[in-house]
Amino acid sequence: MMSNMTNPTMISDSHAHTQEPALKMEGVSIYYGSTPAIREVYLDIPPHQITAFIGPSGCGKSTVLRCFNRTNDLIPGAQVKGNVFFHGVNLYSKKIDPVEVRRRIGMVFQKPNPFPKSIYENIAFGARINGYQGNMDQLVENSLRKAAIWDEVKDKLKESGLSLSGGQQQRLCIARAIAIQPEVILMDEPCSALDPISTLRIEELMQELKAQYTIVIVTHNMQQASRVSDKTAFFNAEATEQGGKLGYLVEYNDTVNIFTNPKQEYTRDYVSGRFG
Amino acid sequence: MSSSPYSGSELPDIANSDFQPNLSKRYALDQVFEQLTWIATFIGLLVLCLLLYDIISDGASRLSWQFISSFPSRRPATAGLLSALVGSIWLLCVTAVLAFPVGVGSGIFLEEFAPDNFFTQLIEINIGNLAAVPSIIYGLLGLQVFARLMRPITGGPSILTGGLTLALLILPIIIVATREALRAVPNSLRQGGFAVGATRWQVVRDLILPQAIPGVLTGTILALSRAIGETAPLITIGALTFIAFLPPLSLEGLQTDFTALPIQVYNWVSRPQPAFHTNAAAGIIVLMLVLLLMNTTAVLLRNKFQKGRM
Repeated sequence: MMSNMTNPTMISDSHAHTQEPALKMEGVSIYYGSTPAIREVYLDIPPHQITAFIGPSGCGKSTVLRCFNRTNDLIPGAQVKGNVFFHGVNLYSKKIDPVEVRRRIGMVFQKPNPFPKSIYENIAFGARINGYQGNMDQLVENSLRKAAIWDEVKDKLKESGLSLSGGQQQRLCIARAIAIQPEVILMDEPCSALDPISTLRIEELMQELKAQYTIVIVTHNMQQASRVSDKTAFFNAEATEQGGKLGYLVEYNDTVNIFTNPKQEYTRDYVSGRFG
Repeated sequence: MSSSPYSGSELPDIANSDFQPNLSKRYALDQVFEQLTWIATFIGLLVLCLLLYDIISDGASRLSWQFISSFPSRRPATAGLLSALVGSIWLLCVTAVLAFPVGVGSGIFLEEFAPDNFFTQLIEINIGNLAAVPSIIYGLLGLQVFARLMRPITGGPSILTGGLTLALLILPIIIVATREALRAVPNSLRQGGFAVGATRWQVVRDLILPQAIPGVLTGTILALSRAIGETAPLITIGALTFIAFLPPLSLEGLQTDFTALPIQVYNWVSRPQPAFHTNAAAGIIVLMLVLLLMNTTAVLLRNKFQKGRM
C-alpha cells in the first residue's frame, strides 16, 4: 500500500509483467434446465495469446466457450451461474447487453456458415447493422486481407459466399468476425470440417491474428492444440447419477506443460492418447 | 427372375459367405413398389382428366367474351359472370391483404420470438385444429360477428365481410406454411447472425426471411387458391347470387353486396334449365383458369425469389 503510493512507476511496471486477463471465469457452472452440464470453472484467458480447449466429446468445452459471448442465452433453458469477466466487467451483469458483447467478442463456428449473400455483404453486414460509420469498401478489403482470403476473392466480391470452397468459406467467416472489430475471437472447432491443407492455412492465420486479437479455440485435435496454442485447458466429463454428463476443467496450463508435463493423471492419459 | 438390371454377377464369388443377397427378390420388390406408386399417380391424373374433359365438353362452347362481360340474367343465353368474376377478385384481394400480414406475422412470432412454454404450445395445437374446422363453421362465425355485430363497419354481407371470413379460414394454413418455411432455414445461419452482433429482428429480417420467403409465398398462394373456391362460408354469411352492378373501386366498394364465382356456379347448377348447366360448366372453366393463373404466379414468384437469394 505504502509503496504503491510512493512509487507509482512500480505499479505500472508490475502491471506489464502480470498482464490482466482478457477474459476470466470465476466459478462458472452451466445448467440445461435443472441438469448441470458444467461444474465450477475457474479460468483466465491471457490477451493476445491462443488458448485451446481440449477434451473428449461431450465434456462441454463448446458450452464453456459460448459463455464468453453469451450465445448460451439463445438456447432455451440454458442457464449460466458464476461470473465471466471481460476486462474486469462481469458479462452476466444485468446492465450488459448481449448484442454488444457479441460485437466485442466474435465467433467462428464448426461448420462454415457464410450468409447466403455476396462475399462483400458477408463482411459488410455485421458492420452495417452495428452502425459502422467508416469506409465500408475499405473495411471489407482490410477484413478479407487479414483473413488471408483477399487475393482469392477480390475479383468476385459480388458472388455468393456459398460459392467458395469449405476452407475459403471458413476464412470468409473469420473475415466476417474480424470486420466488426472485436477484441476476442472464439473459434469452435473451426477446422473440423476442413481438409488438412485448409486447416494449415487457418492455423497460420491464427498465428498472424493473435498479435491483434485474443483467440480461444475449441478443438478435438490434440496436435492442433499443441501446434497453435500458447495455453491449453483440458476438460473432462464425469457421469452423473442421473445418467448425464457433467463437464469440468481438469487442468489448465501453458500448452508445453500440458503436453509434456501434465500434473493430472487424466490429462496425461488423454494427451498420450490412452482415452478420448 | 430377370428383374435385376444387371445380367449376372461378374464379381468373383467368395465361398463361405454369411450373406444371402437375394438380389432378384429385392429388385422385384423395387419394381412392385415403383408400379404401385405409378398407379397411384395415374389414378389421380385420370380422375383429373375426366373431370376436365367433362367440364370442357359441357362448357367450352359457352365461353365467350359476352359470357365474361355480362351480368347475370334470367335468360341463360345472355347471362354472364362479370359480377361474380369481379367479386371473386375483390374478395381475393381483401383476403390476401388481411390474411398475409397477420398470418406471416404470427408464424414469425411463434417460430422466431415466442418462448417454448405451455401457452405457445396451446396456441400451436389450436392453430392445427383451426386448420381442420369445416369452412361452414367459419361462415357461421362470419355471419354473426362480421355481418351482424360489425354491420356498421362491414355493411352487412359485404365484400369486407366475405374477405374477413375467408381470411380467418386460411389464416391457419398461412401460419403453418410460414412456420414450415422458417423452420427449414438452418440454425447455423441464425447463430452466424447473432455472432456478428445482430438483434433478433435483424437476424429475422436480413438473414432468415429472405431464405423463407419463397416457401411463405407458395403457402400463401395455395391458401388463397383454397379461398377462391370456397362456397359454403360465403353462402352462410348471406352473399347474394344476383348482382347486376360492379362494386365501386373505393372504400364504399368494400361495403357493397357481392357474388363470387363458386356462388354463381352453385346457383346455375341448381336451376332446372339445362342451358344454365352449360353456363355453370363454363363458369367452372373460368374459375379454374383463375386458379391456374394464381398457381402460375406462385411458381413464378418462387422462382424469382429463389434466384434472388444466393
